[in-house]
Formats: sequence, structure tokens, C-alpha cells
Amino acid sequence: MSTLEIKDLHVSIETEQGTKEILKGVSLTIRTGETHAIMGPNGSGKSTLASTIAGHPRYTVTSGSITLDGEDVLEMSVDERARAGVFLAMQYPVEVPGVTMTNFLRTAKTAIDGEAPKLRTWTKDVKDAMEQLRIDADFAQRNVNEGFSGGEKKRVEILQLELFKPKFAVLDETDSGLDVDALKIVSEGVNRAHAEGNMGTLLITHYTRILRYIKPDFVHVFVDGQVVEEGGPELADRLEEEGYDRYAKGAGAAAAPAAAQA
Amino acid sequence: MTAEATTEKARIGAPSIAGFTEEGEHLVASKVDRHHSHGTQVMASRAERLTSHDVADFALPNGREEEWRFTPVRELANLLADAPTDAGALAVSVEAPDTVAQGSLRAGEAPRGATLVPADRAAVVASANVDEAQHIRIPANAELDQPVRVVLTGSGAGRRTNTHHVIEAGENSRAVVILEHEGAADHNGNVEVFVREGAQLTVVSVQLWEDDARHLAQHDAEVAKDAVYKHIAVTLGGKIVRLNSNVRFAGEGADAELLGLYFADAGQHLEHRSFVDHNVPNCKSNVLYKGALQGKGAHTVWVGDVLIQKQAEGTDSYEKNQNLVLTDGCRADSVPNLEIETGLIEGAGHASATGRFDDEHLFYLMARGIPEDVARRLVVRGFLNEIIQQIKVPALEERLTEAVERELAATDN
Repeated sequence: MSTLEIKDLHVSIETEQGTKEILKGVSLTIRTGETHAIMGPNGSGKSTLASTIAGHPRYTVTSGSITLDGEDVLEMSVDERARAGVFLAMQYPVEVPGVTMTNFLRTAKTAIDGEAPKLRTWTKDVKDAMEQLRIDADFAQRNVNEGFSGGEKKRVEILQLELFKPKFAVLDETDSGLDVDALKIVSEGVNRAHAEGNMGTLLITHYTRILRYIKPDFVHVFVDGQVVEEGGPELADRLEEEGYDRYAKGAGAAAAPAAAQA
Repeated sequence: MTAEATTEKARIGAPSIAGFTEEGEHLVASKVDRHHSHGTQVMASRAERLTSHDVADFALPNGREEEWRFTPVRELANLLADAPTDAGALAVSVEAPDTVAQGSLRAGEAPRGATLVPADRAAVVASANVDEAQHIRIPANAELDQPVRVVLTGSGAGRRTNTHHVIEAGENSRAVVILEHEGAADHNGNVEVFVREGAQLTVVSVQLWEDDARHLAQHDAEVAKDAVYKHIAVTLGGKIVRLNSNVRFAGEGADAELLGLYFADAGQHLEHRSFVDHNVPNCKSNVLYKGALQGKGAHTVWVGDVLIQKQAEGTDSYEKNQNLVLTDGCRADSVPNLEIETGLIEGAGHASATGRFDDEHLFYLMARGIPEDVARRLVVRGFLNEIIQQIKVPALEERLTEAVERELAATDN
């Protein structure tokens, strides 16, 4: 049983207009086996939270903490966080020139596990996982994400999730840009990884439709860099009907301008 | 086009990250603008470039000439002087299977000088100062199971050396010839290649010079009917290296591939120029040069000329240069020139792409647990391997892979 704990997190970025605070005190605790959905309008800071957990250099933590089983995640470099068991499925996976998927997957697995995977079982694991996610076998010989469509890139993110077996998976709008079939395939992949019982999931999304396939235990509504409401799966149903508008109107002076912008 | 990475910062957080931007076009059935590559002066057709065996025909360049404009000519005075080889400045050893005939050719002694006519000052002073060119002849129908290996070792920086090698692959022969350059020297090296009818010849020129070596080279090949020629330039060492790899055809159905790999560190100037002269119908050519750059002042140049002459109907040609910029402060110049004088061709294309290994690539790989130095190595190794694996001599491939790793290790500190 592991715990990822985020406490009163404040995060800012540098913009041309100066420093801008994006997260304004976020607290969240995720345990192994739990699925938390973070929902909110565009610009509310959901993706900032995801990138900050992974350690993207653009984001500066001004106060607060992130710990993984008591270890200070913010002190870790990006690769150390991944090796500690944090996985970010990215919203916009980049194309990496010159590196084949096969080579990349093996190198990453070796780095995460601290030893090279057994060649015979590894090859089979990769092949099986690719088949389940309906990824063409020839992708293995192509460069990482190079020339992949948006949906293919998302499937490849989930392929990595299944192969690397992290303690915590952060899925940053994995559902965006997917058609219904791809959404189902990707969700099944997440559910398979979750079903192994060793993973906690933080699912970041704008829309409720992915929640038909991945059932959250907790739903947190994000507006203007803060959690404005928390609840169980029923909260997602309510959002589906009512949208985010009521938070814009009713969440107080701080939330209103940001929501209006979004 | 010129790509400068001196000031450009990675665009972090942008929704789509520029990895490679590729500019390419297919030019078929049209006479194209010959000089769309931002030349500083209007250049006549490549076909009109002066070539001569007479030193007096080539003045000392001042750096403003089209063919010298990227090169630090002020540092090349010793190489451009009409001067002989310094005594003991170069050791040359040859390892070859017994079937290979070795000899020497004086100036004017056939076939020396039939294919390689100097096209610049460096090549002409090299030719003029080599009394006896080394002649390596693979007999007709011979199939070598081992490569011919010529090792040129310079004895010290600033010491002038001139060489001229004549490599002849007899009809229907199969061979690989490797020229290895090591040590240090101010080296002018001419290589003249004859690929006779139906022969298949690979020439690999490896520049593993020490940091203070300078090397100017002209490698010219003539490829006969149905012959296959592959030239691979691998340049990792040296302060200044400028290698011209040129090819023309002597019969139809011939195939030429000019490949190159270079890795420039801080302060290195590595320049490669290729010229494919499609002077005969129904021949094929493919040019691919790939380079990596890292460190302040690392400068690479690729200028690729392809000329499809009026009579060269049925030509199929493509040329491409790709550069991978690893750090700030590097400069990669890349100039593809394509001249087409007939529309009756199979294809003609060119592409040039300079990509940057930026913070987003690094973040992606590190977010998968891969440490920074490993991530960098992974990308460069993969990028350059496309050329290395074309050599098909396992021992050499391994050595070059290791040499690339050493280049990378140099920046990890």
C-alpha cells in the first residue's frame, strides 16, 4: 500500500506578463487501489498539477509538498520520480527522433526496474500489450511517436503504463482527441493496469465520458487552481448534467474571473 | 538553409513540439531555380566549375568564393600552399587480401588523373605534390571476403602531408575499401575511384583524427555500366575537415550512394560536400548525410549538389541532410542544390532538416525513468546508426559506434 500525498500545493509559471500563480493551494491524497478523477474547465490548472507531479521544469512550486510514502517527491529529479513509481501519461506526447519504440521501451523498463528485463518474457509482454491496445506490430520499429496520430500516441502512453507498472499513474487528459472506439481501448488498458491492484490513479479530464469506462472512487472539481468540491462518482453525474457553470457563478470572487476566461 | 541554434530556446509547454521540421520537395519535369540556397553570389551551373591539373589555375582562396564561403580558409594556409609532404609526417599501411594488386602511378600514368581532376586549390596542390600515387586494384571478378584497409597516421599537428590514392574495382568485382585517418597532420588527401562495369565497391573514409588535425580531401569516382558505388564519409575527429565526395557515371544502369556521418564538438569545423553528376541516362543516386553537433562553436557544413544533365533521361536521384543539434552555440549549415536540365526523369528530390534535441524530448525520456546522459546517448546513437549500419563491416561498425559513444561521453561531464 502506497500513498501519494499532495499538501497545500502552490505552483506558478513565468509568463511574458510576469509570474503567474496557477495552483493556489491544492491538497489531495491518493492510495493504492484508488481512482481519483480531477475535473474542471479549461485553464483551471488540472494539467499544471499533472506536470508538476512529474517534475516538468516549467512549473515552480512556491509552497506546499508532494510526498510518496513520506519521501519528498519535489526533491527528486524527473527521472528519479519515474523510478520511484510515478507515471505521467502525457496530454501531448512528443516525437523523439532517432529512437525506436523497441529500444525506448527496453531502456525505460531497465531504468525503472534497475535491471534489464528478461528478453524472452519482455518481448512477449510488449507484443501482448500492443495487441490488446490494437497497436500495429510495426510501430515497434518506428521512432517514438514519430508520425503517430493523436490517438496512436495516447495508446502508446497507455502501453507504457501497462509495461512499466507504476505505483501511481497520472493521466493527463488521456481521453482528449479520442474517438469512442479508441476511448474504450485506452480505458480497458487503464483498467487492466488498475486491476493488478498495485496502482493508484489520478485521472484528469475535462469531460465525463471517460468516466463511463473508468470508474472513479473520488471526484474532485477544480476551478481556478483550487479544489472547489469533492465527492464520490455521483458528483461526476451531476457535472454531466449541470456543467461547470454553477462553480463560475457560485464559487466566490476568486474563482469567478478565471472561470469566465475559460 | 542555415539553422542556428545559438539563441533559440526550447518551446516548453507548447502543444506540439518542433522535433524535425522537414523541408523537401520533388522536382520533376521542370527546370528549377538553381540557386535557391541563399548563395552570397550568383553561382554558375555546377557543371561550369573550374577543374584543372595545373596549380596555376587556382588562386589562393580568400573565403568569399562560393565553394569556400563556409570554410575557415585563414587557418588553412599551410594546406593551400604548393608544398611537398614533410619528411616522415605520414605513415601509410595497407592490409589487403592477396588477390588485391598494389602499385604506384606517376602523374599522367593511366588511369591516374582520368577521373580526379582537381576542383579546388587544396586538391590541385595535393595532386601536384604526390609523385607516386598509391594504386589499389581489385581484379575483375574478385570477391573480397575481407576489406582492404588503408591506415594513414599523421605524426604531428601542422605537419604537411599529401596523398593520392587510386582505387580500381575491376569488372564484376566486389570489395570494401576502408581509409582510416588518425593521428594529426595538415593533410591533403585525394582519392580517385574507378568502379568498372558490374562491380560493387564500397569506399569508407573514416576521420578519427586527433583534435588538432586539419584535413582537406577530394574523392572522385567514376561508375561504369551496371556498377554500384557506395561512398561513406565518417568524420568524428579533427579541427577542420573538409571532404568533397563526387561521382559521375560512365555507363547506364549504374547506382551511386554517397553517405556521411559527422559529429562536431566544440571548436570543430566539419564540412562535407557531395556532387552527383548525372551525365548518363538511367542511373540512380542517393545522398544521405547525417550529423550531430554539440558544444560552443561546433560548426558543420553540408553542401549537396546534384546535376541532372540534359542527356540523363531516366535519372532517379535523391539527396538529404539531417542534423541534430544537441546544445546551444552550434551552427549547422545545410545547402542542397539541385539542377535539372531534363524533364524526362524518374525522380529528383532533396530535403534538409535540422532538429534540436530539446528540453521537451529530454523531459519525455526522463519522465520514463531514463537519466539525462542515457537519454542523450539514446537519441544520438539511434540517429547516427542509420549510416553506421550501411558499412556492413561489423568490426568497423563496432569501433565507430564506440567512437560516437566517446563523443557523447565528452559532454556528460
